[in-house]
Amino acid sequence: MSLAQPESIEDIKARNKALIKEVLEVYPEKTAKRRAKHLNTFEDGKPDCGVKSNIKSIPGVMTIRGCAYAGSKGVVWGPIKDMIHISHGPVGCGQYSWASRRNYYIGTTGIDTFGTMQFTSDFQEKDIVFGGDKKLAKLIDEIQELFPLNKGISVQSECPIGLIGDDIEAVSKAKTKEYNGHTIVPVRCEGFRGVSQSLGHHLANDAIRDWVFDKMEGKPALFEPTPYDVAIIGDYNIGGDAWSSRILLEEMGLRVVAQWSGDGTIAELEATPRAKLNVLHCYRSMNYISRHMEEKYGIPWVEYNFFGPSKIEESLRKIASHFDDKIKEGAERVIAKYSPLMDAVIAKYRPRLEGKKVMLFVGGLRPRHVIGAYEDLGMEIVGTGYEFGHNDDYQRTTHYVKDGTLIYDDVTGFEFEKFVEKIQPDLVGSGIKEKYVFQKMGVPFRQMHSWDYSGPYHGYDGFAIFARDMDMAINSPVWKFAKAPWAA
Amino acid sequence: MPQNADNVLDHFNLFRQPEYIEMFEKKKREFENHAPDAEVERVREWAKTKEYQEKNFAREALTVNPAKACQPLGAVFASLGFEQTIPFVHGSQGCVAYYRSHFSRHFKEPTSCVSSSMTEDAAVFGGLNNMIDGLANTYNMYKPKMISVSTTCMAEVIGDDLNAFIKTSKEKGSVPQEFDVPFAHTPAFVGSHVTGYDNVMKGMVEHFWNGKAGTAPKLERVPNNKINFIGGFDGYVVGNIREVKRMFDSMGVEYTIFGDPSDVWDTPTDGEFRMYDGGTTLEDAANAIHAKATFSMQHFSTEKTLPLIAESGMETYSFHHPIGVRATDEFLMKVSEVTGKPISKELTRERGRLVDAIADSSAHLHGKRFAIYGDPDLCYGLAAFLMELGAEPITVLASNGGKAWEEKMNQLFASSPFGKNCKAYPGKDLWHMRSLLFTEPVDFLIGNTYGKYLERDTGTPLIRIGFPVFDRHHYHRYPVWGYQGGLNVLVWLLDKVFDEIDRNTNVVAKSDYSFDIIR
Repeated sequence: MSLAQPESIEDIKARNKALIKEVLEVYPEKTAKRRAKHLNTFEDGKPDCGVKSNIKSIPGVMTIRGCAYAGSKGVVWGPIKDMIHISHGPVGCGQYSWASRRNYYIGTTGIDTFGTMQFTSDFQEKDIVFGGDKKLAKLIDEIQELFPLNKGISVQSECPIGLIGDDIEAVSKAKTKEYNGHTIVPVRCEGFRGVSQSLGHHLANDAIRDWVFDKMEGKPALFEPTPYDVAIIGDYNIGGDAWSSRILLEEMGLRVVAQWSGDGTIAELEATPRAKLNVLHCYRSMNYISRHMEEKYGIPWVEYNFFGPSKIEESLRKIASHFDDKIKEGAERVIAKYSPLMDAVIAKYRPRLEGKKVMLFVGGLRPRHVIGAYEDLGMEIVGTGYEFGHNDDYQRTTHYVKDGTLIYDDVTGFEFEKFVEKIQPDLVGSGIKEKYVFQKMGVPFRQMHSWDYSGPYHGYDGFAIFARDMDMAINSPVWKFAKAPWAA
Repeated sequence: MPQNADNVLDHFNLFRQPEYIEMFEKKKREFENHAPDAEVERVREWAKTKEYQEKNFAREALTVNPAKACQPLGAVFASLGFEQTIPFVHGSQGCVAYYRSHFSRHFKEPTSCVSSSMTEDAAVFGGLNNMIDGLANTYNMYKPKMISVSTTCMAEVIGDDLNAFIKTSKEKGSVPQEFDVPFAHTPAFVGSHVTGYDNVMKGMVEHFWNGKAGTAPKLERVPNNKINFIGGFDGYVVGNIREVKRMFDSMGVEYTIFGDPSDVWDTPTDGEFRMYDGGTTLEDAANAIHAKATFSMQHFSTEKTLPLIAESGMETYSFHHPIGVRATDEFLMKVSEVTGKPISKELTRERGRLVDAIADSSAHLHGKRFAIYGDPDLCYGLAAFLMELGAEPITVLASNGGKAWEEKMNQLFASSPFGKNCKAYPGKDLWHMRSLLFTEPVDFLIGNTYGKYLERDTGTPLIRIGFPVFDRHHYHRYPVWGYQGGLNVLVWLLDKVFDEIDRNTNVVAKSDYSFDIIR
């Protein structure tokens, strides 16, 4: 089913236009009109990608998106390892998000760390009818008894909480008082709020502001500040990403006082307002708290990108530019140290991957952030889109994509399948729900949320793994067997 | 520098290199405000004690590491068992993302399912418009033969009425009047995934047999010679359903598999994505009313469905996830009795082979102590099999088991000397199990993937049988039912037993005299 590849940019743009028209034809008129705003081709020189975003998904179309709870519990709060995060409501949400995001951490699980555990209030009918506040209060007592080394508790609201009128804030306040100021954070991240995970990130950020920062005044600092203190913001340590990033920052002479939130602790959250610079990887999920710290504590923040040597090099210099010569020299030293490794990785893998075409569909950062890493390997991104990006993400994307790239926001199962079928990329990078669809079609695939259980992909150490994994996906012998020799 | 292009280190080994270990220690020491190591060690030891267990079992509000999911997951499982059917979950959209991911992680297959994507406005005004638009979109985009509607807790809390909503949607032209839209209310705060399975299956029976929500005449039952078979929520559905078909074919039994997702969760990689494949045809689902009898493989998965089926006038029989010789005997003998078809020679030979295999190997299982957790029927089936192997299912725990299940388990324990020291734990979770594994140690643990945390913490070797299994591949393709299935389970048990014996005897010049090559 491979089609002749269009050659010129104009051909590509015409093909994309026809493709978009074709997929829209399947929808009822009202839906087609709405979906049309989310599909486009990037035109060089435009300030954004020409699509609307962060708008409600349409019922019944098979959106890939999740919910606010997933954004708060699953993404932002869940990785804080020395706190207990209660999935407050029925059993399912906590069960499906239990340890599936691979936020690596070091600790004795169940004793001093709790990341890969599922704590839930397991709501029953009576809790819906009579309210769950009493159960929540009792549950917090039970946590304090059975898990005495927990450093804090967060209450992650599932859908019913906001619908039945529970006052989780009052319970949290009362229990904080009862337990001598123990951090207890209520989060209103009910899954029906907002249009995707994205609002959950925002609500979780706000909860850190209101229930961690605003409650810690007067608490003593754990360490003496230095001029080189930075905090890593928006790295969830998937497969160890934050670790392979932190090591570079430390090597260039910076001191990382906090990791948000992969392998993070409540102490690190509390330490962050004392940092000199916040370095922000996932802009989408943590720009809110970065802006807040800038306004309230005067801490500047800088976005960086640790995917692939080109972007890493650029980012190290950008971060260093906020510091003195010692750090600037440190950045150059780090770049020089790793460049033989990068040269070797590229020499090994680029010849196997040169010219391969990739289509992406990921969350709120990677649809643009990983492009440089692919390009370092000679690969080309022909289509990309965000599950829950906003307009500012699509603006930032213009610095990454080429003229004529197909853009699809909140893509539906049907659209994605059609686009891949027609464009026939050499690799699709998306999530678990998409993986097997495309593999059945004979298209190599890598999960770009979980790194397909590999990783880390961040940093220089991570790029070697990224290159190896893309090679093993694309050049696996299995794809040659998809068609039986006797089949037409 | 630990990384190297010739031998790329990923997370398995990268972080064990000295540069990283030093970094971790520094982070912990300087920034984590970590409890003193001695204190961590004290609490770790305390959590193994009887005293801790008492506090742990006194929990009333907190659930930790439950072995159950919510109703809507089971609803999606049941809906996928029908031909060209798309499950449509009315409520918040994040739930559907979770169900799809959960199933795809277990089966390593795509799972198609849509949501009505309700948000704040729907919370206030109800989700009728979401239903109207959603059904129309799904119908146009995915060209299903049937849309099976269930709910999330959100829609249940605000009280959306599926029957009325679907009726209105049809009036508004979302789907044709005669298009099949069975439905079931599946509140996540009642029961578990097996309840959701049950509710949807009951909804299917109601829809196809009892007049499609008042839009068609009720079917008149004209008994024939067929039997209906319902598998229940089953992580081994791919292998099991195929095995059951093979057994029925071997006996010449005429049957309808009522709910069969075994093909849609096992499609080939040949260049084509099949969103739909196999499943019970809608015609067969309707004609199932004429069957002589309905067999349910999992009693607790069909507690509401079977009584409704019985109302049609047919006989119903339920089992507890039969595994092994005796349970398979009982199942096949009942099928034979009802259908009048003798159990085939082929199956009789297979039975003999399973008995042969047990006789060959039982010395390695006899007297071994096991803990089991999982869905109620699976727990029962496994416990019964262990007892016929001469092993003891000391601890059997079902987070979604109730009083009735506990009584059933106690009857089973009382039926054999190997059940003497055994106890069932309904409504408990895996943190309870953790205490039990410390205070009443067993030789092996049987459970799903989450059991690996118990294996790590308590040192009890885990045999992965259950749902979900995320971290081992392809076991769902193997049956655990029938004599062949019993053989599979036997081999999985033995593999772990032998691995453990080898692991315990492989120390050079200390224990390797027992590192035998023949066992």
